[in-house]
Amino acid sequence: MGILEVKNVGKRFGGLQALSDVNLSVQENTVHAIIGPNGAGKSTLLNCFVGKLIPDTGSVMFNGQSVLGLKPHQINQMGISRVFQTPEIFGDLTVMENVMISCFAKRDGAFRMHPFETVAHERDIVEQAEQMLTDVNMIDKRHMHAASMSRGDKRRLEMAMCLAQEPRLLLLDEPTAGMARADTNNTIDLLKEIKEKRDITMAIIEHDMHVVFSLAERITVLAQGTPLVEDTPENIKGHPKVKEAYLGEAA
Amino acid sequence: MDAIILQILNGLDKGSAYALIALGLTLIFGTLGVVNFAHGALFMIGAFVAVTLQRIFNLSFEQIDPTKKDFLGNPLKVEVPYVEAWFGADVGDWLIDWSVPLAIIFAIPVMLLVGFVMERGLIKHFYKRPHADQILVTFGLAIVLQELIKYFFGANPIQTGAPDAFSGSMDFGVLLGFDPNVIIYPYWRLVYFLFAAIVIGAVFSFLQFTTFGMVVRAGMADRETVGLLGINIDKRFTLMFGLAAAVAGMAGVMYTPILAPNYHMGMDFLVLSFVVVVVGGMGSLPGAVAAGFLLGVLQSFASMNEIKSLIPGIDQVIIYLVAIIILLTRPRGLMGRAGVMEE
Amino acid sequence: MKMLGLSQRDTTFLLIVVFLTLVTPILLQPFPEGSGMATFNAGYPDLMQRFAIFGIFAIGFNILFGLTGYLSFGHAAFLGVGSYSVVWMYKLLGYNVVPGILLAVIVSALFALLIGYVSLRRSGIYFSILTLAFAQMSYNLAYSVLTPLTNGETGLQVYTNDPQVLMGENSPTSPHFFGIVMNESAKLNVGGWEFTFNNGYYFCAIVAILVFYLSLRIFRSPFGLMLRAIKTNQTRLNYTGLNSRPYTLAAFVISGMYAGLAGALMASMDPLAGAERMQWTASGEVVLMTILGGAGTLMGPILGAGFIKYFENIFSKINDNMLHQWFAWMPDGIEDFLIGLSHFFVGKSWHLTLGLLFMLVVIFLPGGLVEGGQRIAKAVRNRRSKGDGAEAQTQPAE
Repeated sequence: MGILEVKNVGKRFGGLQALSDVNLSVQENTVHAIIGPNGAGKSTLLNCFVGKLIPDTGSVMFNGQSVLGLKPHQINQMGISRVFQTPEIFGDLTVMENVMISCFAKRDGAFRMHPFETVAHERDIVEQAEQMLTDVNMIDKRHMHAASMSRGDKRRLEMAMCLAQEPRLLLLDEPTAGMARADTNNTIDLLKEIKEKRDITMAIIEHDMHVVFSLAERITVLAQGTPLVEDTPENIKGHPKVKEAYLGEAA
Repeated sequence: MDAIILQILNGLDKGSAYALIALGLTLIFGTLGVVNFAHGALFMIGAFVAVTLQRIFNLSFEQIDPTKKDFLGNPLKVEVPYVEAWFGADVGDWLIDWSVPLAIIFAIPVMLLVGFVMERGLIKHFYKRPHADQILVTFGLAIVLQELIKYFFGANPIQTGAPDAFSGSMDFGVLLGFDPNVIIYPYWRLVYFLFAAIVIGAVFSFLQFTTFGMVVRAGMADRETVGLLGINIDKRFTLMFGLAAAVAGMAGVMYTPILAPNYHMGMDFLVLSFVVVVVGGMGSLPGAVAAGFLLGVLQSFASMNEIKSLIPGIDQVIIYLVAIIILLTRPRGLMGRAGVMEE
Repeated sequence: MKMLGLSQRDTTFLLIVVFLTLVTPILLQPFPEGSGMATFNAGYPDLMQRFAIFGIFAIGFNILFGLTGYLSFGHAAFLGVGSYSVVWMYKLLGYNVVPGILLAVIVSALFALLIGYVSLRRSGIYFSILTLAFAQMSYNLAYSVLTPLTNGETGLQVYTNDPQVLMGENSPTSPHFFGIVMNESAKLNVGGWEFTFNNGYYFCAIVAILVFYLSLRIFRSPFGLMLRAIKTNQTRLNYTGLNSRPYTLAAFVISGMYAGLAGALMASMDPLAGAERMQWTASGEVVLMTILGGAGTLMGPILGAGFIKYFENIFSKINDNMLHQWFAWMPDGIEDFLIGLSHFFVGKSWHLTLGLLFMLVVIFLPGGLVEGGQRIAKAVRNRRSKGDGAEAQTQPAE
């Protein structure tokens, strides 16, 4: 039984069958990559996990509980964090404040009325956030305006915000899209480091095969809204169906 | 039945004004992506173009009229408008009488100019700024324009009459086979409605049948793509702003016989027109027009005694109530597209 | 020194605000009576009360707009509700302002909860239009069917046949705070100067300091942090497991209560309440104040409120005689020209100045007067460091 169990999921937009009959099981403590050519339905599938879309058919169970119909913040509170294609951070706040918000969300839940406490007096939150920033090598940037950082640093910060919540499942939506090679390699190193340091399950949607084969332990290939194969990276590499799907696209 | 027709007719002139202002607001919003809180002020400027023209036609000099004597037997001084002296009494009188419709001719270039200056001088710097900033700066501009008008024309409403030929009322009911004196409708309101219909029709056919309009419509749907095609969309959008200003101005000119122009009429109409735009759906031109007429007529129905006694105060709140209900149940308005102004 | 759970910097800041508020009657009276500059004095009760009251209104509005970015065009509704509540308490109980103020805060909170709950289902311009629609509805209703509650166009006021059940034999016959009558003042004459210490002003000022302290705490709290997070990226907030709706609703209700309190204080100074307080122009005014001063900053709204109310008062008092006096030293032609030009900006045309100023601020100083002050301070610091031979850093202005 995987931590994320997807059963018979289907989603239709008007005349387009974006997903049909998707079955997927992400095992705890693995890095599971979902790859596929453009328009294969990868992002649609991810959006079904986080509450942005509700599939027409099928079920999505996280840790034995259905996530369908829940709001994004409720799903996050269950233990699913998400990294976006373009980093979504709080640009007007400092790096430290960004991470502290995650710590507050972890400690206080989706809403807590605390208008008369003082952020600076929350020792445990401050310590947690500082620890997290040290872990991702950003502690010297903690007073920086988040919006003024480089894209690579923004990605790193977003990662730190997600990790500060100690999620059970981290979803990454093309984490290296639009990055230069050097930044991509940095991101791969960061993810490997994260993986080594803590018990975490990751599901990665990715285009870049270099990233996928550097990180993934299991790979699902999606084509035209249905999974073609699911296997280990070694087996996927030479799989005829996969070649067909990709070459078919290229031709 | 006759009462219903009467209320529909009564709602049409207000609805026409809402529709014309909302049409311009939507053009500006759809093309430039700017929320223009100064649009009501353009309507007001139009109204004061009519006032100014009437005043110019009435400019007079004193002349001794040899045919008249005052009660002491001295020659009587009379005021003679210059236009009468120059063009003869008949033409002069006609000009004064028809100053409101004639003001349209002057309002178009004036409003186009005001529109161009506004867009080039102010609005274009706000394309990339948040909507809140656009609202705020145009709100400031609206205050400035309103105060300028107040400075030059005073705080009191200025009566500006329709031509004599249209100043009476017609018995509309007789045309429809009702008894006489059941549905009485002032001529000018009918003129206003027809005028609005023509202007709206002209704007739509302009957008529908000219290349220029086609580009603008494409730009409204997807600005980036049109820009990528190498079409200079900005210049066209400036022109659209001028056009929207001209529509608002003409609406203001023709409205003067219905409502004596005052300096705060712009703001009064703006608030309602914004509600109209939202009800129609931000960015939808047919939506703006339909919602304008719909709300005008609804307001007129709500002020019927039968309805007022049923739901007290409904006439005061109907427009806002409809807006709230629409926004909550159909966030995109009656005819709005997805993704406009959301987040 | 740290006080009341504030950091050292905030404590100093608060103390400065307290000090300035308490000596306002002296500070605003810099010119001797009868001198040519006496027009610029602003130390009279009515005006000082307005500084404090509109300061409260703007501080509250800033908690919603400045922190969360939700632009409400309907806050005047709460102002009106606050005033009506107080006058009703006068009519039923008596002239002590306390029951009225409490009622005003409670009623405006409930009213804000209702309007906020509905309006916050939408964001951006749709939210602005919804709040505007609610406020205009309240205004129109106050004028028409709600006349039994609001006394329509005449405005709500106390009549001799009102019950006023708590009025004793010796109770004051105008608004008071446990016997301290609002419209009484102590006057102090020093040389040519006259200072007025008005009970009503000090009452408003103390309330203003209290609510300023509360807003300071809110700004520094985790709650305030969440509100700022909503302004900068609501998507991220939701995907960080936080529910933005209750946060924005709480901010809306708090700012509604501030507005209700401001309305209550208006009626505490002058026992009247009229529907015009609910009109959207009043909502527009608080928007102007907050932006002009600097939205999202602590001091901004107070500065903005003070600035607008001061210049409204002074500019609208300036008349031809005074202009002639000031420009008398110039050659006649230029004098006439300048006086003619001034007409656009002073007296009844003061709103033109306000509108222009507001536009300039939105265009060039989106951070308002506070940002202007910071830029000047930075420029001075840079020049000084240049003078010392130190490396002058050119930082991009944010």
